[in-house]
Amino acid sequence: MPYSDEVIDHYNNPRNVGSFEKDEKDVGTGVVGAPECGDVMKLQLKIDNGVIVDAKFKTFGCGSAIASSSLATEWVKGKSVDEAMTLKNTDIVEKLHLPPVKIHCSVLAEDAIKAAIEDYKKRNGG
Amino acid sequence: MNMPIYMDNHSTTKVDPGVIEEMLPYFTVHYGNAASRNHTFGWDADKAVEAARERVTKIIGADSREIIFTSGATESNNLALKGVVEMYVEKGNHIITQVTEHRSVLDTAKRLEKSGINVTFLPVDSNGLVDPDDVRKAITDRTVLISIMLVNNEIGVIQPIEEIGKIAKERGILFHCDATQGIGKVPVDVQTMGIDLLSYTAHKLYGPKGIGALYVRRKNPRVRLSPIIDGGGHERGMRSGTLNVPGIVGFGKACEIAMKVMKEESARLLSLRERLRKGITDSLEEVYLNGHPARRMPGNLNLSFAYVEGESLLMGLKEIALSSGSACTSATLEPSYVLQALGVSPELAHSSVRFGLGRFNTEEEVDYVINRVTETVNRLREMSPLYEMAKAGVDLKQVRWRK
Ligand SMILES: Cc1ncc(COP(=O)(O)O)c(C=O)c1O
Repeated sequence: MPYSDEVIDHYNNPRNVGSFEKDEKDVGTGVVGAPECGDVMKLQLKIDNGVIVDAKFKTFGCGSAIASSSLATEWVKGKSVDEAMTLKNTDIVEKLHLPPVKIHCSVLAEDAIKAAIEDYKKRNGG
Repeated sequence: MNMPIYMDNHSTTKVDPGVIEEMLPYFTVHYGNAASRNHTFGWDADKAVEAARERVTKIIGADSREIIFTSGATESNNLALKGVVEMYVEKGNHIITQVTEHRSVLDTAKRLEKSGINVTFLPVDSNGLVDPDDVRKAITDRTVLISIMLVNNEIGVIQPIEEIGKIAKERGILFHCDATQGIGKVPVDVQTMGIDLLSYTAHKLYGPKGIGALYVRRKNPRVRLSPIIDGGGHERGMRSGTLNVPGIVGFGKACEIAMKVMKEESARLLSLRERLRKGITDSLEEVYLNGHPARRMPGNLNLSFAYVEGESLLMGLKEIALSSGSACTSATLEPSYVLQALGVSPELAHSSVRFGLGRFNTEEEVDYVINRVTETVNRLREMSPLYEMAKAGVDLKQVRWRK
């Protein structure tokens, strides 16, 4: 199946690839998915005063999974933690024009953001 | 070098120019129906079909009266299994096959199972091979058919057909072989291999799509079949429907060319395959070969690239036509059942790529592919959380994943 231009763009020029030191106090890390399912996303957020000041990701998965996580990092940067929690996978589906078989990639990206925020909160006593 | 590069020759092949040339007049000049008995158009078409029949049977060491033309190997496999089971229903209700067969055998067997037939799906070992002893042990006095493929379409491994053929003969059981991927690539002889029914198709050997054949042995023993397509009684009543004359002519020519060039072509493809394998494994670590290293057809290479998902790899190689066992390339989200049957872990099955070299691939293309694969795997590994974890010494098997 042909990929949408948006997926191709994120695949060729992924935004915010990389890692933060996961033990840093201002970093939240979310790792979701499993190798045997063919997708693992690691999404990290750097949070300052309730605002996401930076985000990074690494993804093992198909082009749509890479694009979904790349887009997610782009979207959450500059948003408050509360705003980021409201991000829906359907927003990703729409933006990337994902076909039905790739919807799970967008769900994973949403889960990764939530997991990263959860991790941050847990490690910062809240 | 022409772009894009086609390296997916197990999926289908380019039609050889010599084949096209022979087919053309059967669209434009001799376009008669081979069943028309009263004019030269019909006679010419019939003559061409019979000449092609000779060529198509010669490549498997059979007699020209022993094949039925079909629409391809899918139909041939359906006809072999369903046709034998229905015809020999009095004799028994058990068939034996194995887990890495093509879907056209597996799904046919599963349908038969629903209608009350017992099916044994034999396992394969970690190299993808069936143990002939397992075949022997699975036979019961109700067994009517053994169906084992010659060459696997994903991993290219060659099954021990001759040994299985011998066992089938000893026990008086019919033996069907799906030889679709092997014809014209490895030597096939229905006599020495003890094959009673054999499926093949033109489009895997540089012939046209939509034409195939089923070999049905005429003596020692004489195999009888129930047709699955009824109608005008073509192909001795075994497969009704107007013959695809240009397709049949092309199939014949493709077989003739294959017989002529097979020896030389196999040697050339083997050397290209080894160049590709060595080139990739020398420049990348943690690349695993799937399937037996030696017992495989010359043009096949199936590799798993740890920490990189197969579909994303193919996406980065968009100017190269390849195929992957990753779930993302299928509708089911399950990675290749063939690789899983070998005991390849699901994560490595997701990371697999099939390289299918063929007649028109060149050394220059192989070198280009080595470079592009290396570059793309390295790029994707830099983006892979699994690679990062493995490099940091994390044992990925011990991680509790959050699915
Ligand atoms: C082993 C095997 N059997 C059967 C088939 C089906 O052949 P066809 O496309 O002619 O129906 C294929 C090709 O996809 C194959 O590789």
